[in-house]
Amino acid sequence: MTLRILAIDDSLTIRTLLRQAVENAGFACATANDGKDGVEMFSEVDPDVVITDINMPRLDGFGVIEAIRTGTHNTRVPILVLSTESGEALKARARAAGATGWLVKPFEDLQLIAILRRVTGYAGPGHSERGQA
Amino acid sequence: MSMQSIRDTFFEECEDLLEALAEGLARMETGEADSECLNAVFRAVHSIKGGAGAFALSDLVAFAHRFETVLDEIRSDRLDLSDEVMHVLLRSADHLADQVEAAREERSIDEEVTAAFLVNLGTCLGDAGFEAPAADEDFGFSAITLDFGASPGLPAFELPDLGFAGPEFPVTDHPRPDLSHPDPRTSGSGATAAPALADLTPDKKTSAPRHRIRFIPWPQFYSNGHDPLVLITSLAAPGELEIRPDLSSLPEFAEFDPAKPCLAWDILVASHLPEATVEAHFEFVRGLCELSVAPEITPAPAPENPAVALPWPAPLPEPLVEPLTIQSRAPEPEQVVISPPAGPPPDAVIETSALPPEKDTPRDATGEGAGALLRRRLPKSEDDAEGRGPKPTLRVDLERVDRLINAVGELIINQAMIEQSVTDLSLPADTEIISHTEDYRLLARDLQEAVMAIRAQPVKPLFQRMSRIVREAAEATGKPAHLVTIGESTEVDKTVVERLADPLTHMIRNAVDHGLESAAARVAAGKDPEGTIRLSAAHRSGSVIITISDDGGGLDRNRILAKAISRGLVAEGAELSDAEIDNLLFLPGFSTAEKISNLSGRGVGLDVVKNAVGALGGRIAISSTLGSGSEFTISLPLTLAVMDGMVISVAGQTMVIPIASVIETIRPTAADLHLLGTSDRLLSIRGRFLPMIDVAECLGFGRRDPAQASLALLVETDAQAHCALMVDAVLDQRQVVIKGLDSNYGAIPGVSAATVLGDGQIALILDTEALTSNMSGLINGRNGANYLPPAAGATAAPASQSFQPLAARAQALPQPQTGAPHAIH
Repeated sequence: MTLRILAIDDSLTIRTLLRQAVENAGFACATANDGKDGVEMFSEVDPDVVITDINMPRLDGFGVIEAIRTGTHNTRVPILVLSTESGEALKARARAAGATGWLVKPFEDLQLIAILRRVTGYAGPGHSERGQA
Repeated sequence: MSMQSIRDTFFEECEDLLEALAEGLARMETGEADSECLNAVFRAVHSIKGGAGAFALSDLVAFAHRFETVLDEIRSDRLDLSDEVMHVLLRSADHLADQVEAAREERSIDEEVTAAFLVNLGTCLGDAGFEAPAADEDFGFSAITLDFGASPGLPAFELPDLGFAGPEFPVTDHPRPDLSHPDPRTSGSGATAAPALADLTPDKKTSAPRHRIRFIPWPQFYSNGHDPLVLITSLAAPGELEIRPDLSSLPEFAEFDPAKPCLAWDILVASHLPEATVEAHFEFVRGLCELSVAPEITPAPAPENPAVALPWPAPLPEPLVEPLTIQSRAPEPEQVVISPPAGPPPDAVIETSALPPEKDTPRDATGEGAGALLRRRLPKSEDDAEGRGPKPTLRVDLERVDRLINAVGELIINQAMIEQSVTDLSLPADTEIISHTEDYRLLARDLQEAVMAIRAQPVKPLFQRMSRIVREAAEATGKPAHLVTIGESTEVDKTVVERLADPLTHMIRNAVDHGLESAAARVAAGKDPEGTIRLSAAHRSGSVIITISDDGGGLDRNRILAKAISRGLVAEGAELSDAEIDNLLFLPGFSTAEKISNLSGRGVGLDVVKNAVGALGGRIAISSTLGSGSEFTISLPLTLAVMDGMVISVAGQTMVIPIASVIETIRPTAADLHLLGTSDRLLSIRGRFLPMIDVAECLGFGRRDPAQASLALLVETDAQAHCALMVDAVLDQRQVVIKGLDSNYGAIPGVSAATVLGDGQIALILDTEALTSNMSGLINGRNGANYLPPAAGATAAPASQSFQPLAARAQALPQPQTGAPHAIH
């Protein structure tokens, strides 16, 4: 099994970068253009981790977090906020809304993957320590 | 996908974002911006910043950041949108576009310019104290950080003196299943622990001082998607962790509330991790749990770090587990079913068990068919996801579209041939094949229109660029001006849009530079000191009409005429109509500016504009009212590939004339024709006299007795005058596919292109503009001279007379004459 990531960002560039990073790690990636699409896709994709931008049209990242946390489907999914912002107030707001973690753009692929593994506890394919299993 | 192609994606996206930015700012400028518009403007800049960061374009990031800060202030009503601020925003958007362009071309932009813009934006923010943190705060991000939201204000937790629960007590971690599959999916982090247990001896003792962490998650911890096991086990490598669950709050089974967390943990971790690192590890869950970190009271010997080189700096170690006895109490869950060995491609069907309802916490009481085997399908591709937007679009290689257009062109020719063949059979009118060919013709036309629509683009981006030109021109000339655009959604062929950019830029600059008066003069004339440049686009009967108008002083015809005379372009004492004088502006090298400004006086005049428009198969006309402004009208064909043509016969040759330029066909009688001098003829029609041009003669087929003229086509010319073309017969009206001749023959005066007719014949498409230019009062600089008989001057009618020197002048000018006038004279 592999991780499924739902990446929500209105920037095609960021979506492409996320998709590349995630797929290079052997994970599956679905992407959504904005918060509304992201929430709609959430139950369908049923991701293991959601990565969401904050500033998006139609529904922003806080809205995404709230919609997932108050929804009916897998409300405990880890949700990572990926933003260029790093202000404490925004972070506190994200945490209050139910965000699991906060990533600052730009990101490096390996570190992103490490974080995905970390928030999910996933040690799947390609994991260097799997020899123990 | 290579980094380069993502980079390309980024710059493509930047174009869209800059467009959205310009559009939003335009709305802000007119005061009709709502909050969504402000958000969109903010997002555009923000997204550029975000993407730029990924490509380490630090200048761009820095500038976008400052820009965004100002926009954010406006968005949140902390900054008033004054005219000055608006101006700074508009200019900053221009500069941002420049920076993006520079980054795309991998050149650097003048730092001083950027610095000046940064200062302007900073001024908007007013208080320097406010500005300072923004300047060096966020945009200098280096690498990713999983930021756990350090809250320095939080008080340190007291270390409660709690005894550990028995280490051998079977741990009831939480009811999340412990998947025993070697490659568990995400939630199966317990599996990481389970196999590890087999290898690791619980009696491994650490000798170094250790931290003791008391960790009691609260409900919010679980609802934020955190997993205690993941959090704890990712704290350190195996051998460095000792985890002891505290089951003291675990109620009796009868009283057990699965929705209520009841577990706590004591964790001992090797202290070579600094305490701050350990704290940092838990920072994002602060406020979501009770946490305390303190040195362990009894130091124990520590083992060697068991050979785990952390691939990233602590506190992000690999999630592995040490000597605890974690066992899931939960029943073995539905098992993972199929897993491709490596990560499946995103479009693969993934079969998996449903996640157990209690994924992360006992609190989760919602159940959804836990055993159900679900098939889930991820969206196939980015394109799928893209398609969910309000307006689905498809990016296609232009080459493919052009291939399609070519094919459709050939299809139309083929259709014409079939139709011709069918006609040649002289079948009865009710024959089936006749109605079929008729259907075929209609279908081919529909197809052609549909395909052309693919190439059609709204002029909006082009128009938006022009508002920048107005701003720059206004700044350079010191004349306040703003642009009003109308009909931005009008669609035109992509090539037309692209090739219109330069001429339009030139005309807009002209309009500000030469068209508008100075602010003082405007006030004196009772006008708004700020000039208005109006740019509009509209469809009119198969053409696109683009007008550029200003509310300036209008053309000073006396001055234009005087200048033309002083330059020897027009004979002294010549009498020209207003329209003729206006059209003198299109003469090569003509410049009316008293002083050549550095803005539009670059030696290129409106003749360049006229040529560019002509090359697109369009025409340009000018009209002006003294005191209230001038208006340039460009009419362009909708497409450059197909047009509606009138098939005519001239001197035994089949030719095509664009139907758009034909106003009327007339069969003149001999009485309607009047000779003027020895060579020129006039056609009298409804009381007007129009110059009559023998097409055959113009094209070098020799002159005929005008009395033989069987048919005249009334055509409209640039100067909005009419002109009659003498032809032998009108054969047909049809859609013709334009085949350029330039690559094979160069530019041929009087002929714009060629086409293939239904019978396979090649027919030349006439350039009515060039044919009529010498008669209608225009010298078009390139070709006009060629049509003028060298000796027509002295005795000719006044109209021709005044142009004789023009012709001589035009011939004397160095001209980039590519096509020799072999067919003329």
